[in-house]
Amino acid sequence: MIELEGLTKRYGGKVAVNHLSFTVRPGIITGFLGPNGAGKSTTMRMVLGLDRPTAGDVRIDGKHYEQLEDPLTYIGALLEAKAWHGGRSAYNHLLCLAQSNGIPASRVREVLDTVGLTAVARKKTKGFSLGMGQRLGIAGALLGDPRILMFDEPVNGLDPEGIHWIRNLMKSLAAQGRTVFVSSHLMSEMALTADHLVVIGQGRLLADTSMAEFIAANSRSYVRIRTPQREQLLDALHGAGVSVVESGAGVLEVDGDKSEAVGELAARHQIVLHELSPQRASLEEAFMQLTAESVEYHAHDGQPPGAVPQQQQPPGQPPQQPWGSDWKRG
Amino acid sequence: MSTPQPPTPQAAPDWQAAPGSPYPVYTSPIPVVRAGLRHAVASEWTKMRSLRSTMWTLGVFVLLVVGIGLLTGAVVANSSTDVSTSNPLEQGFFGVLLGSIAVITLGVLTTSSEYGSGMIRTTMVACPTRSRVLAAKSIVFFLVAFVVTLVSSACVAVVHAALLEGQTSGPTGEQWFKATVGVALYVALLGLLSLAVGSLVRHSAGAITLMIGAVLAPLVVALFMFSKSLENVQQALFEYSIPNQLSIFYSNSLSDSGPSGLDPLWIMLGVTAVALGAAFALLEKRDV
Repeated sequence: MIELEGLTKRYGGKVAVNHLSFTVRPGIITGFLGPNGAGKSTTMRMVLGLDRPTAGDVRIDGKHYEQLEDPLTYIGALLEAKAWHGGRSAYNHLLCLAQSNGIPASRVREVLDTVGLTAVARKKTKGFSLGMGQRLGIAGALLGDPRILMFDEPVNGLDPEGIHWIRNLMKSLAAQGRTVFVSSHLMSEMALTADHLVVIGQGRLLADTSMAEFIAANSRSYVRIRTPQREQLLDALHGAGVSVVESGAGVLEVDGDKSEAVGELAARHQIVLHELSPQRASLEEAFMQLTAESVEYHAHDGQPPGAVPQQQQPPGQPPQQPWGSDWKRG
Repeated sequence: MSTPQPPTPQAAPDWQAAPGSPYPVYTSPIPVVRAGLRHAVASEWTKMRSLRSTMWTLGVFVLLVVGIGLLTGAVVANSSTDVSTSNPLEQGFFGVLLGSIAVITLGVLTTSSEYGSGMIRTTMVACPTRSRVLAAKSIVFFLVAFVVTLVSSACVAVVHAALLEGQTSGPTGEQWFKATVGVALYVALLGLLSLAVGSLVRHSAGAITLMIGAVLAPLVVALFMFSKSLENVQQALFEYSIPNQLSIFYSNSLSDSGPSGLDPLWIMLGVTAVALGAAFALLEKRDV
């Protein structure tokens, strides 16, 4: 179990992690999600005692990381890719890690076998591909057979087979009763693996919920309709007791999987439809909406920075007048 | 190889409910050991011996100390100059002076290369007691540097003593001690100072430049101090420059005043202690 309490990290005037509190529980995979620069890696470094928190506290089963006498048998971590010396062989890299925690050397061969690097165990890690590097990092995390595992972006650089492998590995580790804490910036990846979800943006906690709840709350399905006979269709839908919302530009939306019902209703009333399409808001969209406010590095899509999409204006409010346009009225 | 383990009753990982916890907690079949300095030293020794750059650097060091030592020894032994009043081991100096640059490089790389490669994060995660890591590195490096310097300088001293037999009255016990154990301690301390500087600077090229500058700059600057008013500064720079301190182990000095006997050893011990102390203090304070 990892407990964070008001964890804060400031670099100069910049707040990287802002009063973060949540708990990572054993037996399940907890996804740690946030856009690039949200503070995921900084948080993980503070859990591991690499960075000192500016304020707050983080404990592993009630202890600070520095208090762990045999840290590798307690918590295994895959931090950034290639956190090792390229001139050392994979075997020797793992051996020096094992020795520092009194782990028997036989375990090195076991984990090399687990991650499938036995054939290149004696090769210098300098020549490893991104995927092989990721596997060596995971081997290091598994070395002490720890009860807590932390993976920072584990699928980065892995091929589809490797991604499949790491997903199953994480699931089996969690099923053995271990705590698995995995960060990612891909919602789609988390949807497939995580049981619980912690979302942060600009260092602040945005969501701490179970994956099932998040999906139920965020994957809205609806039917998108365009018609030249808007009034007739609205009447027909109201008559049938179907609620409908207008989403601008002559587009109507009906909640739920009701495309057949709407189509048949339109046919009965002889209404022409130009579009009738079932839609589903993806989890990726839900995640982007959640973190939209807090994305650190915006890519601009060519619009001038001042251009605000019309629909963001609250409804019922008169369009804003240019400053001074009504000065004569006073 | 590891010692054979007693067979664990359950080979497969078992489930066990921790008292007071509502969750099943995984318990590993791997025996848990309280890690200490002993483990950290074993780990650092593996790190040092598993890098080819260590072997290259030490190889160059031995080559310089022994090669140049034998060369100068042969030249002096075959010349007609009278050497009867000088220290018969003094020709060992040149090899050790040049070789010390290899020791400096190795010392710096022992700490700074981990920062360059990112290995330091892995190391500190495996051993969160940061001071233990630096202590283990210091112990392993100091012993390696001391033994290698002792063996090479002793080889050179034995050969020199044999070459000049008859031309001199033979080295005294003190001369033997200073040209072997004394020099080895001094060079190992110089390397340890480099290790501390590498840990402080965290950048290989920067730390190596700094250390080579510290060895050479005082002497070179002093050479060009022609003004009378700077005479005292020039004198001090000459006397306390690292090459001159090293030369004192071979009964030679640029001046009659200044450090003598085993003074260089105490000076280097003090400087290294201060630098290493700063490295320990900063290691605890800084983020990795």
